[in-house]
Amino acid sequence: MFNLPASMGLTDILSLAIAAILVNNYILVQFLGCCSFFGVSKKTDTAVGMGMAVIFVMALASAVSWAVQYFILEPLNLGYMQTIAFILVIATLVQFVEMFMKKSMPALYSALGIFLPLITTNCAVLGAAITNIDNGNSFIGSVVYGVSAGIGYTLAIVLFASIRERLDLTAKCPKCFEGFPIALISAALLAMSFMGFSGLQVFK
Amino acid sequence: MDTMNVVYAVLVLFVMGVVFAILLGIAAKVFAVEVDERIPLVRECLPGANCGGCGFPGCDGLATAIVEGKAPVNGCPVGGAAAAAKIAEVMGVEADSSEPKVAHVHCNGGCNAKDKAVYEGLQDCTAAMRVAGGPKACAFGCMGLGSCVKACAFDAIHVVNGCAVVDPDKCVACGKCAAACPKKLIDMVPKSKKVHVNCMNKDKGAQAMKVCDNACIGCMKCEKTCKFDAIHVSGNVAVIDYDKCKGCKMCAKACPKGAIEPVPTPEEKAKFEAMMKAQAEKAKAAAEAAKAAAEAPKAE
Repeated sequence: MFNLPASMGLTDILSLAIAAILVNNYILVQFLGCCSFFGVSKKTDTAVGMGMAVIFVMALASAVSWAVQYFILEPLNLGYMQTIAFILVIATLVQFVEMFMKKSMPALYSALGIFLPLITTNCAVLGAAITNIDNGNSFIGSVVYGVSAGIGYTLAIVLFASIRERLDLTAKCPKCFEGFPIALISAALLAMSFMGFSGLQVFK
Repeated sequence: MDTMNVVYAVLVLFVMGVVFAILLGIAAKVFAVEVDERIPLVRECLPGANCGGCGFPGCDGLATAIVEGKAPVNGCPVGGAAAAAKIAEVMGVEADSSEPKVAHVHCNGGCNAKDKAVYEGLQDCTAAMRVAGGPKACAFGCMGLGSCVKACAFDAIHVVNGCAVVDPDKCVACGKCAAACPKKLIDMVPKSKKVHVNCMNKDKGAQAMKVCDNACIGCMKCEKTCKFDAIHVSGNVAVIDYDKCKGCKMCAKACPKGAIEPVPTPEEKAKFEAMMKAQAEKAKAAAEAAKAAAEAPKAE
């Protein structure tokens, strides 16, 4: 009844993970999720918090959206409604997770709580969910891909936040570049250096 | 068929939406966290700047702590007595009237403190400290790189002539500058007190004199001058006991180095010295008279 994608081998999954973290880094190579990347990267501490929240939500969103795609949309020939359905799913999921964490994991909630609403409409989360379907990943592959995309996001935002902290301290940057302009320039340089991973092939 | 497709799509999304809404509605009931209704009330009394001056994570954190009894009703240094009174009303207790405080920088070296090196690194006090304890010859004094200025959310502290100075009218005693200062030169003093020792140099007098024109040299003149036992030299530096200080400013006038605030004008200083001289002569004359009186019977 359900037309599920073929299961994936361990090497496939590993190379998928490494590709998501480095080669196709969501922020620095695919330029998704840039809003929060610039918004929450002034301090390394908050950047780490945001990164953890993104990993968490991406993993859950990948799993649930995979289920929605193959158990609801595909059998009804509604594959084209993917985007809207996934937004609905992710928004609900984040709300639910927030409530659940507030009740049963107050410590985790106080650490991630303020970042969760920010992620509700983060395009990187939606991007991960849709890419999973486009690539025809298996369920486990989807979850691994979600986690690795989140790790890639965390890596990028933490690197970027530490660069910005350092830049703020030196204060040697020209007046006209202060603040956001220099942040954009450093993000561009960081993105260019990540392009260097594009030739990386693992287990091939 | 085409219309049926559209109807399907609408129906599926509608059903999904309804199911999610019901799930969330149930979740909201199941996972509802009981919040003390006083927390939002207390929160409304607070300034909402989320400065962290109270030591809790933002105003929400303090409001929760106050309701849970972990913080006093006057826990907000920014809102002061007005906020404390309102919170006390919500909590049903009386507010203690706490003496308002301001930050004070205990250094007046600035340009009068000698440099031992030219520093061109990161313009940040903590970073400068890592390089042989900073560019100033005085190991205790303000380097004037302004980490406290960056920490202040209220524009209340500025570097004037190479040394940080607090504007007491703007200062809310949040303590951020004190935490940012790697030399630990800043502390909170009662707002009503106007006399402060502006030096923390714990070196012996001769050494302190070498590194800064305004350094406390531990000469004890202030201690001897004070009639209220409010200023004492401990560890080669004078320290004021704010509980005892009456603000007579005699110690400031007695200080040979101008290390005590308010620094007297030359006229005040001259007047004070004349007064002390007159007092000393009077005492000397009295002593001589007493000596003469003691010797007088012997002569007879």
